[in-house]
Amino acid sequence: MEQIPILKVGRCLLVSIQIDMHDKLALALQDDLTQKLVETRARGVLIDISALDLVDSFIGRMLSNIAAMARVLDAETVVVGMRPQVAITLVELGLTLTGIQTALDVDRGLALINRLIDAEGDDGAGGAH
Amino acid sequence: MAASSLSRILDLVEKHQSRLLTSWLESQVAAGTLRSGQIREDELKEQSQRFLREFLNGLKSGHGDDIMGQDWSPVRELLGEFSRSRALQGFTPSETATFIFSLKEPLFSLLREELKDNAQQLGGEIWTATKLIDKLGLYTGEVYQQSRDDIIKRQAHELLELSTPVVELWDKILALPLIGTLDSERTQTVMENLLNHIVKSGAEIAIIDITGVPTVDTLVAQHLIKTVSAARLMGADCIISGIRPQIAQTIVHLGLQLDVVSKATMADAFALALKRTGQAVTRTSAKPA
Repeated sequence: MEQIPILKVGRCLLVSIQIDMHDKLALALQDDLTQKLVETRARGVLIDISALDLVDSFIGRMLSNIAAMARVLDAETVVVGMRPQVAITLVELGLTLTGIQTALDVDRGLALINRLIDAEGDDGAGGAH
Repeated sequence: MAASSLSRILDLVEKHQSRLLTSWLESQVAAGTLRSGQIREDELKEQSQRFLREFLNGLKSGHGDDIMGQDWSPVRELLGEFSRSRALQGFTPSETATFIFSLKEPLFSLLREELKDNAQQLGGEIWTATKLIDKLGLYTGEVYQQSRDDIIKRQAHELLELSTPVVELWDKILALPLIGTLDSERTQTVMENLLNHIVKSGAEIAIIDITGVPTVDTLVAQHLIKTVSAARLMGADCIISGIRPQIAQTIVHLGLQLDVVSKATMADAFALALKRTGQAVTRTSAKPA
């Protein structure tokens, strides 16, 4: 079965979604991600969707779910690399992904996550610095 | 009957071609075609000559007055070309149609001369000729209308392009001055433009200036919110500026929630954008007194 790799970069986890999502894959990703979050004590999750040219309500909900789960585990979630057409479609669908932070690309996403983590003030549970 | 009538017209036109041309030109001039100065006399003469030639070929084909048929296609092309160029030059519909309709008078007088002893036949011939010329005239009108429609469509498109510029104001700051009413189609263009620019320039803040938007109703607000949300999904923040006092009142009276930072002027918005992106503009010399 396909698997979506989860990479640790600094204090966060980087997930790059490059294939079409379906229910099983989404569940597997949520499983893996929560597992990794606990294991690595990462403070942020970066989800790169620059390879997706189609984001529907299913993926939108999956992103929201992941963000909610990460928040429970004290990690910030940032979605990066959304294509203009995807953004327009999501807005037309009325899915504005409230509660999820967004950034233009991975670079800015990382910077944003670091800012968010620093803003929280405590660095007790941080991973590698 | 119909075929024989057309052949009589054909004979006449063939025999008196140059005379017909001269009197046709005269009646066109009399109808005021040259008065507006949009077309020169030699140009008109050349067009009329070409038309008569093709008209003759069409008559010769022997397929009667079915002007939508294959044999008349050179005539149609020619007429199409003339009406299109007239539409572009700004002729009125009647001026354009006059080109064909003024052929009636010289043609009828030729027929009258030829058949002056036979009133019944003359009536028949005139009816046939009228039918043919009317069809050609109507075709001219249709092409004219179509070219005008094309012009209008193109202009609407150009207007759309013109009225939605995205300006790179500063490093990481874009400005989007909106002029005119925001409808769904324009919102779509504005959104696409803005998002593409965000990707291209890596901007973090977009200032949407609505100084040029005459009214803000619920629909316009809805469109604004859509644009802001789409930009947010791309990781860019929006600031709305240029809210006139009247519009601020309208927004409150309508109970609209814009859910976005708004500033009264573009300058204020720009200052905030600079601050948020960690940049500053400083004066290098003392302020003049």
